[in-house]
Amino acid sequence: MNHNIYLYILVMAGVTYLIRMLPLALMKKEITNPFFLSFLYYVPYACLAAMTFPAILFSTSCVASAAAGMGAALAAAYKEKSLVTVAVCACAAVFAAERVIGLL
Amino acid sequence: MNRESFIKGIRDGIPIGLGYFAVSFSFGMLAAAGGLSVGQATLLSLLNLTSAGQVAGLNLIMAGSSYVEMALTQLTINLRYCLMSFSISQKLERDIPQFHRYIVAFGITDEIFGVTASRRGRVSPWYSYGAMSMAIPGWTAGTMLGAVSGSLLPGFITSALGIALYGMFLAVIIPPAKKNRAVLGVVVGSMAMSTLFQAVPLLQRVSTGFMIIIVTVAAAGTAAFFCPVATDENL
Repeated sequence: MNHNIYLYILVMAGVTYLIRMLPLALMKKEITNPFFLSFLYYVPYACLAAMTFPAILFSTSCVASAAAGMGAALAAAYKEKSLVTVAVCACAAVFAAERVIGLL
Repeated sequence: MNRESFIKGIRDGIPIGLGYFAVSFSFGMLAAAGGLSVGQATLLSLLNLTSAGQVAGLNLIMAGSSYVEMALTQLTINLRYCLMSFSISQKLERDIPQFHRYIVAFGITDEIFGVTASRRGRVSPWYSYGAMSMAIPGWTAGTMLGAVSGSLLPGFITSALGIALYGMFLAVIIPPAKKNRAVLGVVVGSMAMSTLFQAVPLLQRVSTGFMIIIVTVAAAGTAAFFCPVATDENL
């Protein structure tokens, strides 16, 4: 790896802080452009969805257990459980699925 | 110092800190598995305080991507904080010294923003500081312990914990997708596009960071064009 990890961390932290700080420190007027407001509204859903699938399927030791975990997470999220509850359900389902797969 | 606001912030920050601890534990494991030292993983979490951006950043570090790609990826993924920051700027008490804005800004995360935005009337910066005083140690310590113990834990535990962050992401996107068809379209469309990037030979050459940028801008842009949201839903 040719790049310096600390430099990566500083770039990440610098960009992230500027995004958080600039509007709060500088902007005194209200954003009114409806397209821009709508775009910002959809951004978190778009990027989290892109990051989650299909990567979630390769996040455990096998695709089958990951699929079980994803199913459990989807069900818990659909019931609007808290972030931590959903994460725990996913982990528990992966654990259970891998035990079952081990028995086969 | 506003003692009452600070204590309220601490109270609301406790569940956030606990949740962060669990999730960042999983991030610490990922980071250690990706070759970061315990110190580097801990520093990363302390300075960034964001889940999605850190996971994407870690992928880029492991891939040896350029610093420009890293900066652009963070900009895109964390662009939502821009909106939250603006919202908080309207919500903070008037006539506070400017330096408070620089500190409050550091603590703008999905969850801290959530509890701050849900408070009635103007908010003291000390409320933010209270929440941050729980959330930041939770996030940082979780990462450190995850990085330390990830390699010590047996494989079946790390395999099960590997999915935790993705589970949390689903917990963020599924409930609004249930209620709002445009959000559902964005979620399904983004997942379909990122699957294409994973599956189609030519598209596989596009790095993870740019894939996330392209998919995010395409999906959010399309939805913003065809289904603009009313202003009060945003803030």
